[in-house]
Amino acid sequence: MYQTTYHRASSVDEAASLFAKSSEAKFLAGGQTLLPVMKQRLASPSDVIDLGKIKELQGVELSGDVLTIKAATTYYDIMTNADVKKAIPAIAHLTSVLGDPAVRYRGTIGGSIANNDPAADFPAALLALGATVKTNKRSITADDFFKGLFTTALEDGEIITAVSFPVPAKAGYEKMRHPASRFALTGVFVAQTKSGEVRVAATGASQSGVMRVPAIEAALKANWSPSAIDSVSISASNLLADIHGTAEYRANLVKVMAQRAVTAAG
Amino acid sequence: MGVEGIGARVVRKEDKRFITGKGRYVDDIKLQGMTFAHFVRSPHAHAKVKKIDSSAALKMPGVVAVLTGQQIVDDKVGNLICGWAITSKDGSPMKMGAWPAMAPETVRFVGQAVAVVIADSKNLARDAAEAVVVDYEELPVVADVHAAIKSGAPQLHPEAPGNQVYDWVIGDEGATDAAFAKAANVVKLDVTNNRLAPNAMEPRAAIADYDAAEEHFTLYTTSQNPHVARLVLSAFYNIAPEHKLRVIAPDVGGGFGSKIYIYPEEMVALWASKKVGRPVKWTGDRTEAFLTDAHGRDHVTHAEMAFDANNKITGLKVKTYANFGAYMSLFSSAVPTYLYATLLSGQYNIPAIHAEVIGVYTNTVPVDAYRGAGRPEASYLIERLMETAARQLKVDPAALRKTNFITQFPHQTPVIMAYDIGDFNASLDAAMKAIDYAGFASRKAQAKAQGKLRGIGLSCYIEACGIAPSKAVGSLGAGVGLWESAEVRVNPVGTIEILTGSHSHGQGHETTFCQLVAERLGIPISQVSIVHGDTDKVQFGMGTYGSRSAAVGLTAILKAMEKMEAKAKKIAAHALEASEADIVIENGEFKVTGTDKAIALPMVALAAYTAHNLPDGMEPGLKESAFYDPTNFTFPAGTYICELEVDPGTGKTSFVNFVAADDFGRLINPMIVEGQVHGGLVQGIGQALLEHAIYDANGQPVTASFMDYAMPRADDVPSFNLSHTTTLCPGNPLGIKGCGEAGAIGASAAVINAITDAIGKNNLEMPATPDRVWRTIHAA
Repeated sequence: MYQTTYHRASSVDEAASLFAKSSEAKFLAGGQTLLPVMKQRLASPSDVIDLGKIKELQGVELSGDVLTIKAATTYYDIMTNADVKKAIPAIAHLTSVLGDPAVRYRGTIGGSIANNDPAADFPAALLALGATVKTNKRSITADDFFKGLFTTALEDGEIITAVSFPVPAKAGYEKMRHPASRFALTGVFVAQTKSGEVRVAATGASQSGVMRVPAIEAALKANWSPSAIDSVSISASNLLADIHGTAEYRANLVKVMAQRAVTAAG
Repeated sequence: MGVEGIGARVVRKEDKRFITGKGRYVDDIKLQGMTFAHFVRSPHAHAKVKKIDSSAALKMPGVVAVLTGQQIVDDKVGNLICGWAITSKDGSPMKMGAWPAMAPETVRFVGQAVAVVIADSKNLARDAAEAVVVDYEELPVVADVHAAIKSGAPQLHPEAPGNQVYDWVIGDEGATDAAFAKAANVVKLDVTNNRLAPNAMEPRAAIADYDAAEEHFTLYTTSQNPHVARLVLSAFYNIAPEHKLRVIAPDVGGGFGSKIYIYPEEMVALWASKKVGRPVKWTGDRTEAFLTDAHGRDHVTHAEMAFDANNKITGLKVKTYANFGAYMSLFSSAVPTYLYATLLSGQYNIPAIHAEVIGVYTNTVPVDAYRGAGRPEASYLIERLMETAARQLKVDPAALRKTNFITQFPHQTPVIMAYDIGDFNASLDAAMKAIDYAGFASRKAQAKAQGKLRGIGLSCYIEACGIAPSKAVGSLGAGVGLWESAEVRVNPVGTIEILTGSHSHGQGHETTFCQLVAERLGIPISQVSIVHGDTDKVQFGMGTYGSRSAAVGLTAILKAMEKMEAKAKKIAAHALEASEADIVIENGEFKVTGTDKAIALPMVALAAYTAHNLPDGMEPGLKESAFYDPTNFTFPAGTYICELEVDPGTGKTSFVNFVAADDFGRLINPMIVEGQVHGGLVQGIGQALLEHAIYDANGQPVTASFMDYAMPRADDVPSFNLSHTTTLCPGNPLGIKGCGEAGAIGASAAVINAITDAIGKNNLEMPATPDRVWRTIHAA
C-alpha cells in the first residue's frame, strides 16, 4: 500500500468538504474493493475518507410501499433486517448469498453500487426493482445511475446517502457463483411491480455491466412462469467471457437464472 | 495400544499453539537490524535484460542496496540444480538450461527476478523496487507444451534444441506392440492433466543472517527438508560450507511439495545478507506464490490399452508430454518419469507396458512435485482408461477392474515397481458396499425424474510411497539417498526427546511420533517431545515428502528406540540383579518378568547419567541414533467411489456421496490419517472441478490470484465416508504404507468418471467447470 491519509468523517457534509480539500481522495465505505486494490498498489489515493461511521448513512426504513436502505448499511444488517425480509425478501436473499460472512459484515450497499462491478449483485436488484439512488445532491433513478463497467452517474465527490426501493408484488434473485471469486458469474433479478410491470436485470453477463433483459421481461409480462422463458433466445454477443464462463454459457445462465428467480419469486 | 499408543485417536499436541495463534513461522521472527528484500520481477515471459538502472531507487529513503543478477553471477553463486539425472532413449543426458538465482541476461517466465532491493522496511523496499528501471527486449514466447514442440518454435535454452529436456522411455516396446497386434479390443484416450498451483497457506519466506565474525550464516526458511537445503546451498550454490550454515525451518504452514526445493529467494537473501552486513528478510505474498512457487502436473498424454476377448488387459502404450516450465527445478526430472511411468500398471495385471515421456521447456514457472507428484497423473490416466474401456466394452466398470486386478503378491510390474502386498478386491468391495453400488441404478432413475443427471465413478488407485530405497533410486539417477535418521535422547529425569530428520508442516508428527514412544515404553506422550527442523539440533536427515515420514522417518525412530531400550534393559537388569533377557518394559517401568521387581524409567535414566553403578564397560548416558534405509517403496492403494448429480441447466456438479476405502497398512493415529485423507481428497476434487493454473499465449499468468484461481472451499466438497482395509506392509517393521498423498492421487478420476457417467459423454477435461460440463452436455 502506498502512503495515504485516513479521515473518519462524522457527517456527510464533513465527508464532502474533506473530499473537496483533497487532491485525489477516495471515499471508503466497507472497503471490500478499495482496500484490496490499494494493497495491490493499483490505487493510490492521497486521502481516504471513511463514510462507514456516519450515523445518518446507517439503517433501513419501511414507509408505505417504499423500502429505504441507507448507503453505509452493511450486507449483514440488510440480510437480517425485519423490514427488508418483510417488504422485499429477495433483497434479504441476495445479501445472504453475497460474498462470505466477512464480506457481509463489512461491505455496504452504497459501496457496491458506487463501484458498479459488472459482477456485483446489488446493481441487478436496483435495476430490476426500479430503485432510486439518493445522493447528497440529488435523486437518480437506477435506469440512469448505472453507466457501464465500474461507471455510474455519480459526479466527482458526490456521496450516495440511500437507495429507495418501491416494494414489488413479486421479486426473486438467483445467481451462479463464479467458482474462484464467488462474485456472480451471472445473476438475474426478476420483479413484478404492484402495477404489473415486469423488470428483469442481469449482472455478471454483459460487457457493459448490469443490464435489463427485455426479451425475458416481455415473456414474463405475458406469462409470469419459468416456462414462459423456455422459448426466449439470449444472444451471446456482447456478453462477458473468461476462463470460468464463455459468452454462450453466460447467455444460457441468463435464461436459467431468470427461470429459477421466477420460481423463487413465486 | 494404550490410550496414547499406536492406533489411538490422540488429539494433536501441536494444535494448541496453532489454534491460539502461537505458532512461530518465519515471518514471525524479527532479528536486530533486520532489512527487507523486495524482488524486481520480470513482467515478460521471455525477454533480454538490456539494462537495469538502479540510480533512482538507490537515492530513495531507507534503501540499503539494489543488487542485480549480474552481481550474483560475478560473485560465483551457483546456478540452481536439478538433483535427478534422467537419460534420454538415445543415451544422452537431460538438457539443462542454466538457471541463475536472478537473471543477468535473459528472463524466461513472468515473475523471474532480475534484481532485489534491500531496505529498512518492507514498504520502502517495495517503493524502491518500483523505481528500478529495467530495459527489456521482448522475445517470442512458448507458453504451453503444444507451442513448445512445434517445429520452428522459439527456443528457450541454447542447451536444449527443440525445447526438449529429454525423451525417455520405459518398458518393452516390442512386447507391447505384439500385444496390440493380437488385441481383441483397443481403447484409446487423450488426456490433459491440468496444471496446478500448490497454494500452501503460508507463503514462502526466508530470513538470512550473516555473522561476519564467525563467517557463519543462519537461514530461517519455509522448508520441508532443511538439511537438504543446507546441503544444496553448500555443495552447489557456494553460499557457505555446511558447518558455517545453519538452516532452520520452524513452524511451516503447509508445503504439498512446493517447499521441498531451494528457491532463488533463499539464495539471494543469504548472499545479500553478507553483502549488506545485516539480516535480510523476504516474505512472499500470494501473488509471488502464484508467480514463483513450483507448479504441479501439466501433462498432455495419449494412451492406448489392449484387451483380449475376455476383457483382460494385454498391453498399454503411453506417450506423455510433460511441461517443466522455464527451468528444471530440484526434483522435477523424476516426477514424470520414475514417479509417473513406474505406476502405469495401476492395480492391474498388465503383461506389457511401454511409455515414452518427453519433457519440454516453456516460458512458465518451473513445474515440480506437488502432492502425489507423478502418481496422480498415472492413476488419473489409468482409471480414466479403465472407465473408458468399460463403456466401450459395455461391461460394468467394477467388474472390469476385478477381472484385471493383481491378486498375487509380490507382483513385479513391467515398469520397475514390485508391489509387495495389497488386497485390491477388498478395498473395491468395501467402497461398493459403502456407497450401495448395487442400488445406484434406481437412485439414478429417481434423480432423472427430478431433472438431475446422476453419475457414479470409480477410481482404484495405487501409489508408491515411503520414498525411497537409496540404492534403488541411486541406480535410477537420484543425486541423494532417501533414508531417514533419528536420535532418541532419554534425559536424566526420564523425559524423552526424539530428534528426527522428518519435518512436520501440517502432518502432526509431534503427536504421531510420540505415540510410538508411548506404545513402546508405556509413558504418556506429554513426557516426549519431538525436535525437528534445525540443522544445528538435528543430525542430517532427508525431510518430508512422498508420504515417507511414517514409513521411513518413524521406522528410523523405532530403530533408535530399540537400541536405547536394549541399553536401558542392561542397566535395569544390573540394578535389579536380574538377567537382561528377563526384563520387560511396561507402563514406564523395567520389570523382571514374572516377579514384582521393577525399576522406573527415570531411575534407569538417572543411573545412566550418574554412572555410579553401571555394568562393567558400559558408557554413561542414554542416547541412541539410527539411520533407516527402506528396502522397497510402500504401496498404499484403495478405491474411491464418487456419486454426484449434474444440473443440466448450469452444468454444476453437486456431490451426493464420496466413499474412500484405503489400505495404508498400520495406522498410527486414525484421526490424523482421516485428516490427511480429507485434505488429499479435497485437493484431488479441486483438480477435477476447480483448479487450473493458466498462462495465455504470451506467457502471462491468467490465474495469479484467488479471484481467478479457484481453490476448493468447504462448500465445494462433500462429507467423506472413509474406511480402511488393511494389509500390513512387509517392508518395514511397523507395517506402515503412508497416507499423505492418496486422496490427491485417487480422487480426480473418481470425480471425472462420475461426471462423464452422469452426462453420458466420455470426453471431459479437468477442471470440469460448470461451463465446460454444460458445453459438453450440449455439444453436438
